[in-house]
Amino acid sequence: MSFIEAVIQYGFLQKALLTSIMVGIICGVVGCFIILRGMALMGDAISHAVLPGVAIAYMLGINFFAGAVISGVLTAMSIGFVSQNSRIKNDISIGIMFTAAFALGIILITLMKSSTDLYHILFGNVLAVRPSDMWTTLGIGIFVLISIYLFYKELLVTSFDPTMAEAYGLPIKIIHYFLMTLLTMVTVASLQTVGIILVVAMLITPAATAYLLTDRLWVMIYLSAGLGVIASVVGLYFSFTYNLASGATIVLVSTALFLLAFGFSPKQGILWRFLKARRKKQALS
Amino acid sequence: MNPALSVKSLFVSYHGNEAVKNVSFSIEPGKLVGIIGPNGAGKSTLLKALLNLIPKDKGEVQIYGKSFNELRKSVAYVPQRSNIDWDFPITVLDTVLLGTYPKLGLFKRPKKSEKEWALQCLQRVGIAEFSKRQIGELSGGQQQRVFLARALAQESELLFLDEPFVGIDVSSEETIITILKELKNSGKTILVVHHDLSKVSDYFDQLVLLNKELIGFGEINQVLNAEVLAKAYSGQFSFLDSLGVKV
Repeated sequence: MSFIEAVIQYGFLQKALLTSIMVGIICGVVGCFIILRGMALMGDAISHAVLPGVAIAYMLGINFFAGAVISGVLTAMSIGFVSQNSRIKNDISIGIMFTAAFALGIILITLMKSSTDLYHILFGNVLAVRPSDMWTTLGIGIFVLISIYLFYKELLVTSFDPTMAEAYGLPIKIIHYFLMTLLTMVTVASLQTVGIILVVAMLITPAATAYLLTDRLWVMIYLSAGLGVIASVVGLYFSFTYNLASGATIVLVSTALFLLAFGFSPKQGILWRFLKARRKKQALS
Repeated sequence: MNPALSVKSLFVSYHGNEAVKNVSFSIEPGKLVGIIGPNGAGKSTLLKALLNLIPKDKGEVQIYGKSFNELRKSVAYVPQRSNIDWDFPITVLDTVLLGTYPKLGLFKRPKKSEKEWALQCLQRVGIAEFSKRQIGELSGGQQQRVFLARALAQESELLFLDEPFVGIDVSSEETIITILKELKNSGKTILVVHHDLSKVSDYFDQLVLLNKELIGFGEINQVLNAEVLAKAYSGQFSFLDSLGVKV
């Protein structure tokens, strides 16, 4: 049976497809701001740091969404607090805080339930998306996209020239933590699709690919979202057809797209750079 | 009439080390003022403290007799070139357009009129033909002009420039100083952190000579005398010799 027939026939596959498309879009959009602010490592950290929040939410029987956002933002704040109040640099602070949060999350989860839950949270299982997960993802997706649309101007200026932004009165710290909140929400939305460990790839790889292809932020955002969707759909196809782990497959498709851009991007690709350099040398000899 | 900028007993420190000590001065509107001093004299720190970007230990900064926060949108800031990510996916025109953001406020997007205004500002600094380029593709001097154009787009009463002439070509330097003089003649007040003493008398009306404390403030010839300079640059006499200043 072909993938398309299967999608038409099976509800679980439709939910999987819709969820991965939404995840591809929001990861791609938020990822652009993450890489332009030099916060790729922070993205990795926050995505791991949602684990204890998810675990506690499970224990209390409440929606894991709230728990994840709280633990993600708390970790972001403690990273900032340590690096601003000691000689410890930001990357070190990130390394300390997110591994601590992640370790705590692992202990909490192993304390309470079977290891299959942990496995699914860490690595995702898009083919087991429940309707409630799909609606959570849709809700988060709409909120994230509206936020980015409304605050596009402020996100642009604080990413590009935070000094100017601060000088004219923008609350750059609040904007930073707002973006961290969006980041944790995107991570939660991606739990089922790619899992905690690989979310960072969905945030960074499509955005980095788009970064190699354009010199305009808004084009980069659309491209990144589009690349995220392509990676999700194609990844899901391979995952379903060959029975591969969905998260890992999606990430590898995304990496393949990056390598294409890295090689052949009209302006930044290494191939054209190489050819240009050789032409210059030949013209001179 | 209130001074355009008044600074009263300003103290700033980094982790307990004093960077700016008891600095007071006030500048009348329509002046082009250079902030000079040796390396580590706290020039950029002073500028950042004036802009409320770093906390002050003590002291007061007023703009036209009002607190800085009330009028902060009427101050434009041109950062040091080294503080900008030149690979950022932004075009020259969009960079200048950022200058219209403070007045637009939240949720409003720049429209056609803002874009036309940004283009006019680019024309004024003489690089309108590069408006669609990515900013990293420009030369150092052209990049500095982009940021001056952004400050123009802000239509501010005060302009603060941090080392605008470092690493740029002669013609860009001339364009920039010509525009700064035009701005001053139209009543704007401009503060420029400047890295050396050459050309200061051609460029500026007044000088702030800083070496953590305020060493001298006033008209060029008052500040540019051997005694005051020696106090600021003690230990850097070879530099003064090269300028023909006898110590």
